[in-house]
Parts: sequence; structure tokens; C-alpha cells
Amino acid sequence: MKEPELLLGDEAVAIGAIHAGISGAYGYPGTPSTEILEYIIPKAKDLGVHSFWATNEKVAYELAVGMSFVGKKSIVTMKHVGLNVAMDPFMSSSLTGVAGGLLAIIADDPGMHSSQNEQDTRALAKFALLPCFEPSDHQEAYDMARASLRLSEELRLPIVMRLVTRLAHSRGAIRTQPADPQNSRVTKLDRRAFTTLPVNARKQFSDLIVLQSRLQEMSVKSPFNKLDLSATDKKRGIIVSGIAYNYVREAFGGNIPHKFLKINQYPIPEAHIKELVAAVDEVVVVEEGYPVIEESLRGMFGVSGKTIRGKLDGTFSRTGEMTPNIVAEGLGIHIEKPQWPAFDDLPGRPPALCKGCPHADAFNALNDALSEYQQHNVFGDIGCYTLGYYEPFKAIDACLEMGASIGMAVGASQAGAFPVVGVLGDSTFTHSGLTGLITAVNEKANVNILILDNDTTGMTGGQLSASVGEALVKLVLGTGIDERHVRVLNPMPKNREENAKVLKEEIEYTGPSVIIFQRPCIQI
Amino acid sequence: MKLDLILSGVGGQGILSIAFLVDTAALRRNLFVKQAEVHGMSQRGGSVYSHLRVSPQPVMSDLIPEGRGDMILSLEPLEVGRYLSYLDKNGVIISNSVPFANIPNYPSEESIYRSLFRLGKVVLVDAKAIAMKAGAPLAQNVAMLGAAIPYLPFEQSDFTRTIEEMFARKGERIVKANLQALEFGSRVGFFYKGLLDAGILAQNVFHVVRSLDPASIDISQVSPFANRLKERGEGLLTAAIGENLSCSVTSLASIM
Ligand SMILES: Cc1ncc(C[n+]2csc(CCOP(=O)(O)OP(=O)(O)O)c2C)c(N)n1
Ligand code: SF4
Repeated sequence: MKEPELLLGDEAVAIGAIHAGISGAYGYPGTPSTEILEYIIPKAKDLGVHSFWATNEKVAYELAVGMSFVGKKSIVTMKHVGLNVAMDPFMSSSLTGVAGGLLAIIADDPGMHSSQNEQDTRALAKFALLPCFEPSDHQEAYDMARASLRLSEELRLPIVMRLVTRLAHSRGAIRTQPADPQNSRVTKLDRRAFTTLPVNARKQFSDLIVLQSRLQEMSVKSPFNKLDLSATDKKRGIIVSGIAYNYVREAFGGNIPHKFLKINQYPIPEAHIKELVAAVDEVVVVEEGYPVIEESLRGMFGVSGKTIRGKLDGTFSRTGEMTPNIVAEGLGIHIEKPQWPAFDDLPGRPPALCKGCPHADAFNALNDALSEYQQHNVFGDIGCYTLGYYEPFKAIDACLEMGASIGMAVGASQAGAFPVVGVLGDSTFTHSGLTGLITAVNEKANVNILILDNDTTGMTGGQLSASVGEALVKLVLGTGIDERHVRVLNPMPKNREENAKVLKEEIEYTGPSVIIFQRPCIQI
Repeated sequence: MKLDLILSGVGGQGILSIAFLVDTAALRRNLFVKQAEVHGMSQRGGSVYSHLRVSPQPVMSDLIPEGRGDMILSLEPLEVGRYLSYLDKNGVIISNSVPFANIPNYPSEESIYRSLFRLGKVVLVDAKAIAMKAGAPLAQNVAMLGAAIPYLPFEQSDFTRTIEEMFARKGERIVKANLQALEFGSRVGFFYKGLLDAGILAQNVFHVVRSLDPASIDISQVSPFANRLKERGEGLLTAAIGENLSCSVTSLASIM
């Protein structure tokens, strides 16, 4: 017998998708979603599945749509903020629908362990009027990957799966079922459905609206949503979704002594909610993320005669992630915590650049070059180099989202700031920096853009980066920038002075410059 | 038998490898396991932890509730301080004594050890010395797992096969060194526990065990050793160490 194996939630989803017969698996790295494709990519060839890291989430989504439009099943993976980048194809695909099953697996990061916000993908699925699955544990992650791809094909609609950090990055065991085959045929494009001209889209949109009542029915009938009215207590009922279900059970030591509704498939099953609310005086809503369920239940006026508790009345916090203790407290169960004497001195230990990281040398040279100026305007971006914000560098003064450094730098320069520097990595440059650079060049903006080419996508663990080395230099030159102001440097401690000198020259030049620092990440 | 284990350390120290060893041991004994870990940003030299839950019944929450942890097993002494709220009142702390000082305001060893000894049930071992002795400086994590064995519901043999499989691609020498690190760590752990159980003051146990060669520790000698220590040395030792908890008592052997 094969030994049981502990899998990450991400891996359980990956296996579910493979067993559902996908032909394509695309994505862009981002914590906590990365391990889904990291599981599939090395096996892809043997499985006959196309799987690789796309240049960004929008491209990844479009790859999956293309595969699905001609009849094959596919998945696309990204972190929650990645869906903002892929929002355009995402929204349109809810109107076009699909042919082969398409599952968008989006991993949220409540508590912002490795992210800049904690947006809730359930809200975006609702925005797109699409069904959303939210597993509570590893087995459900596997089962739902399969069920949702089947449903997608049946409804000819993309489906969303929402994961959260604590499932994506937690290990557990699963039981698998025999795999389904891939779809064998390439099908003919459904021209009318798949061309989003207004004449088609209007019809598709009203079809999608009509479909909502069917989605409602499906949620109510779904084996993944469970209404349990067997408890005798009529005072309190519980509505719980996703991973929070585990915390609720933990709080009660296994069996929930109240009537409860467990939601794992959206749209929110209204009939179940009504039945539960009618049967109790008070409803506690326990959900990880935004108060999506609670808000729809409470509306603007609340439910007359009933008390609704959750994130909106302060029973639970609106920020941060749920924990077993927070959930237990909210349910009025006290877990005794011994008061251990605190450490006398417990400084934080934030993440830092690795010792010997090439980015450190780039920052040292940059700070040297800027030391002679009054202003320090460095627009950073997202990658390991964001850590240049901290001591001892304090090199980064702003960071918004991936690819923003160049656009922000141009804007600030046009406002009169000087000198203005943008800093971004190779993967971020191809993700969404290139378009900003074209703008900078066309505008002849007086900015200095540092591309830190470390040959990889470092922060997320070293995935293949779309364009590095010579190819990246050519890409930059292709924007039409004056090639005398494209400088390639080697960030090494011994080159610090020389590199600072080059940076100063480029700062003094009025117009766009690109300074590429080339040295591989020491972790690859 | 339930085990709620908090693993802590600094990114890159290898807590996920010891998590894997414990997971596998538990699964081979047909127990249920869940293990929450952190990936991503904090791995770059920041604080990292993992919650590992083993139970004869299916595990519900992926996270250990605060106040319910049976053990903090830490690869770094300062990191223990961040997870105390998870520890049950009967919980035990097993920590590496060797600091990983990659932040500018890292406290003094004295301050950290003082805070640790105040907690009571602390086993503080020099994993670096054990790993070096075993011939694999990188095996501090495995050495710490060894030192925790007296307090774990597992035996050394539960881990050996997985260590062999885990390090097989790195060659015979690395496999051997890691098995040694586990063995030496376990000897240190049992000896340490023996002295604590004999009623020797925790600070003194730390210093005495630290002064011993992990390779030559003989667990069967722990009672006579404890007696000798009580008769001749302990008062002296307490005086010698005094407030200076990080001092290295090289002359201990002569006291014995
Ligand atoms: C929209 C979006 N997608 C993905 C991520 C996750 N992410 C953070 S940093 C990073 C990679 C950065 O790579 P690169 O720019 O090459 O810099 P490096 O980390 O290698 O220094 C990714 C993919 C994100 N934060 N936002
Ligand atoms: S992973 Fe690479 S790029 Fe990131 S900090 Fe370490 S050396 Fe630098």
C-alpha cells in the first residue's frame, strides 16, 4: 500500500484539477497560490498538460480562456491581487462563457502574510456573477476542483475557487478518485458567444442574469453546502464558511451544538439562510475575509426580530485573519491561556535581503549617488527589492503594486520632483513595467529607471522569469529609448563607486534613462 | 495521544524539514496530521513558524489554538519569545541556545537566557556543537529534533528511515552525519532531562550539558552524574555562573 502523504492545500487542488482532466494549467506566481503550478509544471510533460508561468495574470487568464474556447479544460492560478490584473478578461469571460471547463483558482491572504491587502475574492466572484467554491479542508479542495470543472463545462461558465493562506499552506491528507480523461477534441469556436461586441454581449449579459436563479438552486442543492437543523437549541444558529468551519468545530470540540449552515459554494444559498434564520433568534456569521455573507444577510435594515452577529457588529474583527481563539471567543467559549512571563527584550525580525544579495549592492550605489541631492524620490515596486525599504538601506520611498514604479516616477517627475528614480525587478518589468517605460520614453520624462535583473522571480521562490539578460536589454531598447542612456552594470561591492558614478551621470542627464543591474540571485 | 507542536526559527534554518520528519513518523503510526506553515515573504531571514498537529482523531483546525500547545521546538532562542501564548501550562520548550543574530538590535544572550529560564520547563541545547560533532554543520535542525525526543511521543527509530530517504541524494556522508546529529541530539536530550528530573537547577543543567562532548555522553550514567554534581558541584556552579548566564564554564569537567 502506498504510504499516506501530506499535501499542501495548493497541491490537493492541483491533483484535483489533474484528475478532472485539464489540458492546460497557467498562472503567475504569487503567495499563497504558487505551489499549485509548482506541483503541476514538473509533471506536465508526462501528463500531457501544458503548464508554465505566464508573463502576468492577465496573460495567464487569457491562455486558459483560449484553451477552453476550443473545448479543452483548463485552470488558471494567481494570488488575490493577481485577479485585479486579470480583471478585464475575467469579467468578460463571465459573459462569453466557455466551452471546455475553466476554473480560476485564486488564493487570498487574510492577515497579509505576504501581500499588500486582504481583498476577498468571493466579492469579485459575486461582482462577475460567477459561482465560487471555497473549500474548508484538503479533501474538499480536491473534490471541489473536480466538481467545479465538471460544473463549468455543464454551465459553459467559468468558475472561481477561493483559497486562503491557511488552507493553501497547510498540509493534510486526501483520498483520490480515478481520474477523468482530458477532452479529446478541439471544438469549433462559438463565434457569437465568444465575440464581445455589444450586440452579443447584451444578450449574454441577460442570459447570465437569467442563469442566476439556476445558480441559486444549485447552491441550495449542492452537497458542499450543509444545513443542519438537528440541534434543539433555538436561541443561536451559526453560518460558517470555508476554513472558519474548522475553527468553529475546534471551539466546540467536534460537534456543533447549534443549528448551523456551512457554506462552501456560492452564490449564497438563500433558501438555506432563510430556513436557518427562521429557526433561531440569533445568527452568528463566521467567515474569513470580508463580511460577504453577513452583509447580504443584514442588508441595510437588518432582519427584524433577529440578532445578526459577525464582523459588522464587532463580534469579530474586520481586519486580520480568523484564528481558533478569535472564533472561540466570538462564540463565547473561553480558552484558558497561561500567562507566561514575556521576554525582557523581543525585537521584531522582519524579512531581509539575503546576505550577498545583488539588490543590496544596487541600493548602496543608488544611495551614494542620491546622497548629493536634496530629494530622495525612489519609487519602488514589488519583489525582494521592496525590502530595500528597511534599514540599513532605506532606499525605497514608495511602492503601490506590481509595475507601478515607472508610471509613478513619470507622474512625480512631471510634478517637478527631481531626481526621480524607479526601481523594479526583471519579472515585474515584464509583468507590467514595460508599458510604463514606453510612456516614459514617449513623454521624454526625466526619470531614471533601475531594472534589477537577478535572472529570476526571487520573492516567490525563483520561478522562471519571462525576459532576462540580453533579451531584457533588447526589450528595453525596443521602446525606442536613446541607447546611450541604457547602461548595464554589475552590482558587486567592488563596483560600488563606479556604479554610483554612472547613476549620477544618468541622473544629470535630462530625459529617460534605464540602468540595468545584472547579477543572479544567490538562491538560484 | 495528541501532540500540538509549534516549530519556530528563522527563515532558512530548516523547520520544514523537521516538520516533515515528525509528519512522516506520525503517518506511519496511522495518526492524523495537519500542519500549517508559512511560505513567501518571511522566508527571507525573517521569523518563521509551523503548527504541527498530531492526533488519533481527525484534526479540525489547521492552527493550534493559543494556550493548547504541548511543545515549542525552536531552532533559535529569541524566537521562542514570540510563540509563548500558544503554550499550554504543562507545555515544554526545547530550544537551540545558539543565536541567529541577523538584526541590528538583537538582545544579549544573557537577556534571552534569563527570559527563557524564567519560564520553567526549558531545555536549552547547543545544536551547533552537536551538528559540528556529527560532521554536518547544517544539521542543527535534526540535532534539535533529537534533543526533543524525550518529550515527544516518538522514538529515534521513527525518524531514521525518513532521514535516510530525505538526504539520500546528497550522498552517504550527509545521511550518516544527519543520523549522527539525531543520535547525539537525542543523547543530549535524555541526559538533560535526567538531570532536570534529578532536581538540578535548570541553569546549571544547561551549562553542565553544554560543557560535555555530545559524542561521549552515556545516558546510563545520568543518575550517578547527577549525584556527584549535587554532592560536589552544584553550589559551586551556581556561584560560578551567577548572573552571567552566557559564560562558558570550561572548567566544569574538573568540578566533576
Ligand atoms: C499582481 C501581483 N502578482 C503577483 C505578486 C506576487 N509577487 C510579489 S513579488 C513577485 C516577483 C518579483 O520578481 P522580480 O520583479 O523579478 O523581483 P525579485 O523578487 O526577483 O527581486 C511576485 C510575483 C504580487 N505581489 N502582485
Ligand atoms: S532571494 Fe535572491 S533576490 Fe531575493 S533577497 Fe535573496 S538573493 Fe536577493
